[in-house]
Amino acid sequence: MQEIKAPWNIKRELLVKSEDETNPRYGYKPEERPYPDIIKFGIINLDKPPGPSSHEVTAWVKRIMEVGHAGHGGTLEPI
Amino acid sequence: MTGVLPIALEEATKVIQALLKAGKEYVGVMRLHEDVPERKVIEVTGEFQGKIYQRPPFRASVKRSLRVRTIYYLEILEIDGRDVLFKVGCEAGTYIRKLIHDVGKALGCGAHMQELRRIRAGPFTEDFVNVTLHDVLYLYNKWLETKDIRILRRFIMPMEKALEFLPKVFVKDSAVDAICHGAHLTAPGIAYVESDIKPRDVIAILTLKGEAVALGTAVASTEEMLKATYGIMAKTERVLMPRGTYPKMWK
Repeated sequence: MQEIKAPWNIKRELLVKSEDETNPRYGYKPEERPYPDIIKFGIINLDKPPGPSSHEVTAWVKRIMEVGHAGHGGTLEPI
Repeated sequence: MTGVLPIALEEATKVIQALLKAGKEYVGVMRLHEDVPERKVIEVTGEFQGKIYQRPPFRASVKRSLRVRTIYYLEILEIDGRDVLFKVGCEAGTYIRKLIHDVGKALGCGAHMQELRRIRAGPFTEDFVNVTLHDVLYLYNKWLETKDIRILRRFIMPMEKALEFLPKVFVKDSAVDAICHGAHLTAPGIAYVESDIKPRDVIAILTLKGEAVALGTAVASTEEMLKATYGIMAKTERVLMPRGTYPKMWK
């Protein structure tokens, strides 16, 4: 059978089309975002406990972090 | 079920659509209903790698028609009597409980899933900045007390992490704001491009600082993007960066 690689096992190369520089006056490197942007453009990689639903856990994080919106990437429901 | 559940905050909720379509990885325990030789278990589970047909279970929230899903790998880690510890890497939307049920049928003895834990959702894994609800509560309160931003960096990742496995195109400062306004990506705006992009691939459009600008659909291959001097190279599907972050350099 033909092996299909998982996306996390695929390596890509970065190729140059046209070298260019970026002006430090605009934007931030993602890992250097100041507050409150660090939260506004942030993701928490949560270790979900058993019991509550993904939806409930997301609502808790939203309340703890005092944010207006939060959403989860892929439900983990009871088996 | 326990395991990796990425939670996006505020503006970052826009990248969720990319995460929902990202591959997943699980570890679990399959309980066989009869004794089966180990060799046979390994042989039969091996046949469930590659493209498989799957009918969603009764309780599923989607239409119950037969659909194709890719199993990247299904490895047996340990066998203890009728309990089989396995690891599976699969496409989004694969029902593992159903997969195990089908493996049981193929073995002829029947099987069910005893335990399951997700260890990966796209680029998010259980061994990189994976935090509990308790950690979130503790660290956020500590941040409120100290206002030390390093504390936030200890448990919040930039939304760009979610795009790690999408093919990427890096655009010049001069092209950023037009894309934020919904313009498609044209050839002169491209600075760098990753290999192996094919038309119709979902791609991430990033600034030269590595910030997410938009999700797009490629209409050209990597080679075509490198050669082209004009024309649309990718369609902008979902803008991720607020307008005005970069200066307006278009008419």
